Amino acid sequence: MSDQQSLHAGVNIGRTDPEAHEEAGPVMFGFWVFLMSDLVLFALLLATYSAMSLHGIAGGPTPKDVTDLKSAGIETALLLASSFTFGMASLAQKYRDDRAPMVAWMVATALLGIAFLGFEARDFVKLAEEGHMPQRSGFLSAHFTLLGCHGLHVSAGLVWMAVLFVQMRVPGLERLVRLRIMRLALFWHMLDVVWIAILTFVFLYGAA
Amino acid sequence: MNTHDLTYWLFGNLRWSDFPPKSDLIATGAASLVILGALGVVVLLTVTRRWRWLWSEWLTSLDHKKIGIMYIVIAFVMLARAVVEAALMRTQQAVAINAPGVVSPEHFAQLFTTHGSVMIFFMAMPFLSGIINYVMPLQIGARDLTFPFMNAVGLWLTGAGAALVMVSLVIGKFSIGGWSGYPPFTELPFSPGEGVDYWIWAVTLSSLGTTLTGINFAVTLYKERAPGMRLFRLPLFAWTSLCTAILMIFAMPPLTVATALLALDRYAGFHFFTNDLGGNMMNYANLFWLFGHPEVYILILPAFGIWSEVISTFSGKRLYGYKSMVFAVMCIAVLSFTVWLHHFFTMGQSANVNAVFGIATMLIGIPTGVKVYDWLLTMYGGRLRLTAPMLFAVTFLFCFVLGGLSGIILANPPVDFSVHNSLFLVAHFHNMLIPGTLFGMIAGYMFWFPKAFGFRLEETWGRIAWGCWSAGFLLAFLPLYMLGLFGMMRRTAETFRAEYAPWLWTAWGGAGLIVCGLGALIVQLIVSIRRREALAVPVGDPWDGHSLEWWTSSPPPEYNFAVLPKIEETEAFTAMKRRGRAYESPEDYADITMPKHTGLPVMIGAAGFVCAFALTWHIWWAAALGLLAMWGGVVARSFRSDFEHVIPAAQIERENEAWLARARATTPVDRFAELDPANRGKAVERQ
Ligand code: HEM
Ligand SMILES: [Cu+2]
Repeated sequence: MSDQQSLHAGVNIGRTDPEAHEEAGPVMFGFWVFLMSDLVLFALLLATYSAMSLHGIAGGPTPKDVTDLKSAGIETALLLASSFTFGMASLAQKYRDDRAPMVAWMVATALLGIAFLGFEARDFVKLAEEGHMPQRSGFLSAHFTLLGCHGLHVSAGLVWMAVLFVQMRVPGLERLVRLRIMRLALFWHMLDVVWIAILTFVFLYGAA
Repeated sequence: MNTHDLTYWLFGNLRWSDFPPKSDLIATGAASLVILGALGVVVLLTVTRRWRWLWSEWLTSLDHKKIGIMYIVIAFVMLARAVVEAALMRTQQAVAINAPGVVSPEHFAQLFTTHGSVMIFFMAMPFLSGIINYVMPLQIGARDLTFPFMNAVGLWLTGAGAALVMVSLVIGKFSIGGWSGYPPFTELPFSPGEGVDYWIWAVTLSSLGTTLTGINFAVTLYKERAPGMRLFRLPLFAWTSLCTAILMIFAMPPLTVATALLALDRYAGFHFFTNDLGGNMMNYANLFWLFGHPEVYILILPAFGIWSEVISTFSGKRLYGYKSMVFAVMCIAVLSFTVWLHHFFTMGQSANVNAVFGIATMLIGIPTGVKVYDWLLTMYGGRLRLTAPMLFAVTFLFCFVLGGLSGIILANPPVDFSVHNSLFLVAHFHNMLIPGTLFGMIAGYMFWFPKAFGFRLEETWGRIAWGCWSAGFLLAFLPLYMLGLFGMMRRTAETFRAEYAPWLWTAWGGAGLIVCGLGALIVQLIVSIRRREALAVPVGDPWDGHSLEWWTSSPPPEYNFAVLPKIEETEAFTAMKRRGRAYESPEDYADITMPKHTGLPVMIGAAGFVCAFALTWHIWWAAALGLLAMWGGVVARSFRSDFEHVIPAAQIERENEAWLARARATTPVDRFAELDPANRGKAVERQ
């Protein structure tokens, strides 16, 4: 099997035996299918949000009142950077034989993810302090739910990463862990894509 | 902390009064039946010392065949429950003319809610998941699904949901909000009890399980086909499984979103669907039917696949118009996502919107018509054998056309305005669901039973079951078309028009016949088990089948096929038989790796049940514990790498050669003698 060939969806695992590549095919494909299903969830939450942001204000705050573009900008930068660092981790997994660079890039990813969640939590607390709770209106319910669901996904990704950090040290799991890192990478990049949609529809439209 | 706080902390909203005995006799009876049933199973297992066997052979198995059978067991148990509820509802409506009848209005509302929810989520869905699980990997020449562990998790999540609905008969009450759970009625102010929460979590568990299962089916169909099994060589049932799986992947998330948002409203005071503060129940209607309409095709497509197999096998012919069948299924799958709005024509959108969705709805009639013609043309000129599954197919063809016509009528928004929510609608959807889905599942069960257990089902009782179900269906549902046109609304516990009585009593008689039909199925199973020696078909091909599942012993070994076949055309097994290669020994055998048994999926299901039950009753600590245990199970699994065991080539060779020797030594019987005890599982076309 040549290195150039695209053996399965995503960045190939790199220097392992052909059997590992063969095993990767269905597993990666299955994960793509799962991601499609998960994207439907976000699409529906976005659709709900867009309906609620017009018709669910109920005399409460409008999208403009709850949009903090500066904070959203920082969050976007953090999340995009974390996708970049995860990309570097994937490349390190493919081309480097030692683990160290890959682990380093993943640690960076995790830190950026945590920082993102921190900013998001700060946003939520700020809104709550201003009395803009999700119970206030349909619009705020949708706002918190959409962002919360994305944040929950990011948290799940972080827990997954933590489990993988442990598993990298468990002998006998190497092949499985490599495959899992590939899947986590797909998941992480998808959350970025979703975030771009959120940035557009929640924050940029909200500020306009 | 005072004692009241402490009990709330420990037991949430659970009170002694939520336990039996219940307020009325019928509810107490139902609760006792559940308890007695559960006790009966426990005692039976203990007396026959089958606990260990049950655990190690079945519950912990990751074998797609066993998982399939367990799904079907769940489906039958839940079918029995929901049919009894249906009969009770028919009794109520027949006697409650200017009279209160046998159950209270609230109890009646629980009955139609549980009946509908159980029939859809815990009877039809497990049934079709079970049959696809059993048959599809065999048909495509695979050893298992791509993700066996996930498959078991899907089963046990569904099982947890079903258990939750059963428990609701004993502890507390179920929802009275209908199977579709429309807010604002299902919001806290109007439904403050635990009922709606039971409904939310039961449905959520099963829809999560179904999403996982759908992903698994689709990936298996793309990735695990035997060499040479191109997509256009797949048997039709495999094709419908693929389209069903794709529908599951895209249609279940809307349901999960709908129930999750409803839960946020109820538990956290959000305002998605409330009447006030910006909530809007139309968002729910859209989300729910974005799931709900594709759902009816999830229910019916596998049955279409079964009809294709049954009709072509028992007509002794190739399926007429294979490609048109495939394209029709694909069209239906796509169109099913474009019509959800016909479920709320009357809820205030513009006439243009209604017109667009009305036309889109009618379009589905075209591919469906193609399929009906293809089935008819498959039978035309064939050498028909009217076995029980085939008889069900004939009933299906007649009734389904009728149901389809009433659907086209309803797709016309002005007409829908006048019969909306009447018994006309109830007649229409049962007309689709019973001959379409349920009869398909029963036919599939009878058709593949000999494959799964090594002996045929007894034919006479099969025909009696067919007679009762068919006549019962016609009697029970045709009058409802009339009642609907007369103006009798659905979900009514009491009416005031004496002239309804004859129609309602006819429908009651039909429901009685259906109960007999269910009884006949049970008797058939018992009689068949008793006579299993005479009905045995160990060679595995009792109906002169076309596709690969018939090319193994009955029951098949854990690994399905000793060596994977190379496929060169459609109807792979027929081709092998024609060339005289079906029972040749393969050149060499190799080791096969299969997944090991594991108890984790059962535990994940149990944790899911605990979490859902605790959420229903607001027992927060147990809910958190259950959720943690579910994910803990998944993480624990990920720390293991030894999930496979190897079956040595020598053992496979021994088993396979034994089967081949037996097959070669068995005298073939003529297809028309397939019901004869002489049929040991090798039926052939008359020469
Ligand atoms: C076996 C014979 C059956 C009988 C006698 C029967 C009878 C009934 C009756 C009396 C109702 C209530 C009608 C009303 O609200 O006025 C009902 C509702 C319903 N049935 Fe059936 N049914 C049967 C089978 C099925 C099957 C096989 C399915 C699905 C696979 C099904 C799905 C439903 C649904 C979804 C509802 C609506 C529940 C609601 O209003 O929320 N039924 N049925
Ligand atoms: Cu529909």
